[in-house]
Amino acid sequence: MPNLVEIRDLRIEATSDAGNKLQIIKGVDLDIAAGEIVALIGESGSGKTTIALSLMGHTRRGCAITGGAIRLDGRDVVGMTERQRAALRGTEVAYVPQSAAAAFNPAVRLIDQVVEVTRIHRLMPMAEARKKAIELFRALALPDPDTIGQRYPHQVSGGQLQRLSAAMALIGGPKLVIFDEPTTALDVTTQIEVLRAFKSVMKAGGMAGVYVSHDLAVVAQIADRIVVLKGGEVQETGTTEQILHAPADAYTRELLSAFEPVAFARAQDIAPARVPVLEMSHVFAGYGPIGPDRMPHKLVLRDVSCRLDRGRNLGVIGESGSGKSTLARAMAGLLPPAGGKVLLDGALLEPAAHQRSKEELRRLQIVFQLADTALNPQRAIGDILGRPLGFYHGLRGGAKQARVAELLDMVRLPRSMIHRLPGELSGGQKQRVNLARALAANPEVILCDEVTSALDTVVAAAVIELLKELQRELDLSYVFISHDLSTVQAICDEVMVMSQGEVVDTLRADQLPDGARHPYSRLLFSSVPQLDPGWLDRVPLRAGV
Amino acid sequence: MNSQVLRLVMGRLGVAAVTLLIVSLVVFGATQMLPGDVAEILLGQAATPEAVAGLRQAMHLDQPALWQYGHWLWGLAQGDLGTSYANNMPVAQLIGGRLVNTLRLAAVTAAIAVPLALTLGITCAMYRGSLYDRVVSAGVIGVISVPEFMIATLAVLIFAVWLKWLPALSLGNDISSIGQMLRAFAMPVITLLCVICAQMIRMTRAAMISVLDSPYVEMALLKGASRPRMVLHHALPNAVGPIVNAVALSLSYLFGGVIIVETVFNYPGVARLMVDSVATRDLPLIQACAMIFCIGYLSLITFADVIAILSNPRLRK
Repeated sequence: MPNLVEIRDLRIEATSDAGNKLQIIKGVDLDIAAGEIVALIGESGSGKTTIALSLMGHTRRGCAITGGAIRLDGRDVVGMTERQRAALRGTEVAYVPQSAAAAFNPAVRLIDQVVEVTRIHRLMPMAEARKKAIELFRALALPDPDTIGQRYPHQVSGGQLQRLSAAMALIGGPKLVIFDEPTTALDVTTQIEVLRAFKSVMKAGGMAGVYVSHDLAVVAQIADRIVVLKGGEVQETGTTEQILHAPADAYTRELLSAFEPVAFARAQDIAPARVPVLEMSHVFAGYGPIGPDRMPHKLVLRDVSCRLDRGRNLGVIGESGSGKSTLARAMAGLLPPAGGKVLLDGALLEPAAHQRSKEELRRLQIVFQLADTALNPQRAIGDILGRPLGFYHGLRGGAKQARVAELLDMVRLPRSMIHRLPGELSGGQKQRVNLARALAANPEVILCDEVTSALDTVVAAAVIELLKELQRELDLSYVFISHDLSTVQAICDEVMVMSQGEVVDTLRADQLPDGARHPYSRLLFSSVPQLDPGWLDRVPLRAGV
Repeated sequence: MNSQVLRLVMGRLGVAAVTLLIVSLVVFGATQMLPGDVAEILLGQAATPEAVAGLRQAMHLDQPALWQYGHWLWGLAQGDLGTSYANNMPVAQLIGGRLVNTLRLAAVTAAIAVPLALTLGITCAMYRGSLYDRVVSAGVIGVISVPEFMIATLAVLIFAVWLKWLPALSLGNDISSIGQMLRAFAMPVITLLCVICAQMIRMTRAAMISVLDSPYVEMALLKGASRPRMVLHHALPNAVGPIVNAVALSLSYLFGGVIIVETVFNYPGVARLMVDSVATRDLPLIQACAMIFCIGYLSLITFADVIAILSNPRLRK
């Protein structure tokens, strides 16, 4: 029996605004049998989404298929007219987008968007389509399946939207469903429910699937076969078992090694000093106007206390909305706390950053998540690093130049970067500059707010390694905020679990993840996908939290 | 309509009312600052000190400025625009006929300009980067760069002097058939179209492009939707806010900004009346014209804001 999908020597070229042509898919071969789920895995820029979209005959703006063949159910997609391709989309191949929140039209009711495929292709009467949609909502374990479709996209949660987008893909009865990083934007506890729903409907429908992801552990739960991509080329293809347990390719092994638990081990244990370098006690903070109880309208942090000993690292972990970034902003004084105290080395800090002395500001630095937005795109790297040097230390001229070069050495960047603009650097390099800017102040404490979240696994591991080396050299203490347990585990002595603005659990690194006491932290830790393909079926259903 | 929408809409209307009040103060203040004494100018050669003092008293010019402002505003609120200094006729009567002319010209221009600009803007966004898009965009830039008196004069030269197709003057009196109206309006309307369409086309194109680039339009494409469906069903409803605002801003030009067109084509509209009244120092007339322009402008902008509020799906239940 011929395969459902046969891609032969696919080549896709991108044209930049300046007119430069660049091949982004360099001769890819791929087969998918009917009913089989194949995962495309790779880092950003590996071409995984581009290949997946080409199965629908679609290339993003500026890209074009320049060679090769894509046969879907015996028909060549590359040679089709736009009208023929449109007839294919939604009925033969369907797409589940990365961010359902952005992929739903904000102005149209959910049910109308879900059944739109049947309307466009005149597949069935509207009443029947609505009935089928409600059945799909039920199969995807959505709450209130009969009425949820009457809402607008902004009225349901992210995890629900992602499942609704799967219903939108399945309504046309496609032979192939493309999942484009469908759980990347979700919290782990939500991801687990969405994955489970996807797996059960795909199994029940016997459809073939392409699952695009950068996360091997997620893919291991759902895929029959895995294709590893890098730089627009296939590195390795194999069954899930084979890729996980007997990888042949060096790059695959590198991806896998990122999953090996790196327990944080110190060379020698430092006896904690009597006075912590940073301490927060009973802090309340939030946004909006101050109410009669002297608390802000929307309270985000409720009675948060924590301490960071000199030379130690404190991890803060939680899902989106748990208040972990607000914690960093309250510590830095960017969001003055409404109540409670922040102490630096035993000395009380003013709540607002502008009230603190220059010396206090210098000792406590913050590094933001997105280096893209944190670095001024119009300034050369040398200027970006030079500004805190001038501000805190009064350096100028040759001394400043020398110190900038030193800082670049510290974060392992070549000195020639001084004259480059942030836009010319890669994501990892930008994050290193971002870090170097904080180091320029000679701080004692650095608040790292999701500094590795936007980076690919291998790059993120290198940044973590750099943070550890800097700590040894410069006697730093970190507050390390992340939603990802493994990164926190790799660098922190102590981990604080936050949920809805409160600290629910505080654990030593050696107690992770099994020593969790609070039900929420147990749920959080057990929701982190494991490389074991049987993990999803074993994890107990979320209950009681 | 739910209470949140109602509150936002009432808020917008409230802001418009306050703006109008502030503008009335500015208009009154500005006319007070015009040089020269009205009574002396009106009396001209016959300005004996006694006559001037008597006239000042009769016209309440001897009262404090604030009292005069209150008096004027009170009259305005009751619909009394005052009496012209120049020919002692009620201002309302002077403006009435002119306002109808201005509104007629504005209506004809808007009826052509809005559909034309929206169609061009939307199709340019749909076929972005194509030859069609580039030709239209270049044309728009060309038209926007040429001053309107230049366009108006050229139109007269070509259509009235060389081709002799259209009358050079657009006197609004002898219009009895649709054909005559078209002939009389053709040139002013063409000139105004050049001025106001360019902005609308550019803004519509930009607003549509940003929506067409959004993931939900790509999603519609991947559901197999045709191009018209993607544009009309998915993109346009989400671009209504910015487009309506661009349209309102452009159309507001049809109230006060048409003075050059009215002068070149000798069209009897309100804008020319206002300029003439400045020459005769006819304060009540200047004030009334300024207030009319302001009300026209404000109602367009407020209308656009209300449409933008109503089109926001996040405010729907």
